[in-house]
Amino acid sequence: MTLASHFSYWVTVLLLMVGLFIVIARDNLIKKLIGLGIFQTAVYLLYIAPGKLIGGVAPIIGGQFAVYSNPLPHVLILTAIVVGVATLALGLALVVRIKEAYGSIDEDEILAMDARDDTSPVADRDGS
Amino acid sequence: MLTQHFPALLVVVPLVAAPIIVLARHALASWLIALLATAASFGIAAVLLDQTLADGVISYAMGSWEIPLGIEYRIDAAGAFVALIVAGMGLIAMPYSRVGIAAEVRSEEHYLYYALMMLCLAGLLGILVTGDAFNLFVFLEVSSLATYVLIAMGRDRRALVAAYQYLLMGTIGATLYVLGVGLLYLETGTLNLADMAARLVSVGDSRGVLAALAFITVGISLKIALFPLHLWLPNAYAYAPSPVSAFLAATATKVSIYVLMRYFFTIFGPTEVFDARATGAILLGLSLAAMFVPAIVAIFQHDMKRLLAYSSVSQIGYITLGISMDSVEGLMASAMHLFNHALTKGGLFLVLGGVVLRCRGAGFDRLAGLGHTMPMASFAMVVGGLSLIGVPGSAGFISKWYLVSAAMHEGQWWLVGAVLASSLLAVIYVWRFVEVAYFRAPPADHPAPGEAPLSMFLPALAMIVACVYFGIDATWSSDVAMRVAEVLMSSRSIVQ
Repeated sequence: MTLASHFSYWVTVLLLMVGLFIVIARDNLIKKLIGLGIFQTAVYLLYIAPGKLIGGVAPIIGGQFAVYSNPLPHVLILTAIVVGVATLALGLALVVRIKEAYGSIDEDEILAMDARDDTSPVADRDGS
Repeated sequence: MLTQHFPALLVVVPLVAAPIIVLARHALASWLIALLATAASFGIAAVLLDQTLADGVISYAMGSWEIPLGIEYRIDAAGAFVALIVAGMGLIAMPYSRVGIAAEVRSEEHYLYYALMMLCLAGLLGILVTGDAFNLFVFLEVSSLATYVLIAMGRDRRALVAAYQYLLMGTIGATLYVLGVGLLYLETGTLNLADMAARLVSVGDSRGVLAALAFITVGISLKIALFPLHLWLPNAYAYAPSPVSAFLAATATKVSIYVLMRYFFTIFGPTEVFDARATGAILLGLSLAAMFVPAIVAIFQHDMKRLLAYSSVSQIGYITLGISMDSVEGLMASAMHLFNHALTKGGLFLVLGGVVLRCRGAGFDRLAGLGHTMPMASFAMVVGGLSLIGVPGSAGFISKWYLVSAAMHEGQWWLVGAVLASSLLAVIYVWRFVEVAYFRAPPADHPAPGEAPLSMFLPALAMIVACVYFGIDATWSSDVAMRVAEVLMSSRSIVQ
């Protein structure tokens, strides 16, 4: 009963956990960003699902309709999706630059290279 | 006529300046536009602070939409005070940047640097004026995205990894915040902060509100870099270009602290946050850990920028300590330290920027003998360091004094000892610089570098002088901080 009636919440929690786990557990920088995307998507679901009423229609006032869905969550999440896309794009751009500078997108390898850099004070990105 | 639109213009001016700068694509022109926009924002923030101190709350209906439905811009003394700090730091950083970024950012990227600074400024100021929970999230992300790119502009390739790590942590923080806001929206059906606060009173004790409190607290604490959620901060500050380090150290974490104060005291209300739960005790424990652990880590750093970054995490502990006391005195001490630490750390990073330009690095091996090669800069660093410690006559002393007296007011005498012990750790890490700069011979391989250019040294000097000035005459800062604390605590006095 509670599992069925709160289905969207269970999915939200599951996606949150899956996303966060990927961000923490994966070493591949791209996979981490995928995890971050799943994490954000979970929140979209949390907002959108309660806005829908069973039998509700789009909020355009008309004589034959009595139940309307709340449009505000959709509009909010449209904004959040734009923010998410911008974050993902920037994250991927950073990974491209990291790949150029380090020749790797594996976090462990990069941190090992950084540990070596720490012994030499100036490590220029352009090698100058 | 125009003054009634000031709450909107505070954000709109830098927000519009950013695309104009990108279109201009010219280093000097973009610098001039950025300087003008920042000066305008600073002027507007000053007027707004003056108005809010006189009249209380200023409410502005964005786009003239009726207020609980449309987005409200709502600014009171607390928001205007932090806005003045943010815009003021921007105004100091702009003249500095002209020469300050020359050595650290590639010349074809200079106009983008100014555009991003404008976006970051617009986002931070937006957080402070908005009265809408979701709008706050959008501004948080506007400022954060600009910050990630600014950090990635650093010359060292480690800046890229630092920016990437901050992007992950910052996005998780912002997403947790928006998750909390979603739960509050489900409970109250409104996103207007004032409306939400009023409706939460009737919602009473609910698991949804508790979860929202937890998500928002953890999410914003990530942005504050509250220990132990500070791991993104040291690398981000260490590898970002110097003016960016200075600007972020003085503003970004401070704005997030404002958001936390706002949620604790105005929206959830101290009854829900402090009386019904152990939030105060948890925050107290984390603040104490922040005052000690990062300060000890700072002692063992070999790079001045990293040392100052760890010191920032430690100093944030003092500010949250004041919040955890849940009293007007504690909040006033927090507001004071927010202002004084912005001056001190902003000033120190600006001075260090000049040193990095001349010595090509902030590692202690490069700073050796700095007291002989750059005597003015070294002296300014030492004065700033004294303010970090909280030596009488410096701004840091004033805020620690208020923090200690707030602790005594609560009858928490042992906290006085904790603040003193943590200050002793600051003595040790500031002494590390003194030892390197004055008691070591300059490295043989590089010639005497000479002082930093005046356009960099004068803004830095202005901040350091302000540290001393507000340490001797704290009338203005303590009066405003008191008003900020009273505004934030006003919901408490209404309930009782």
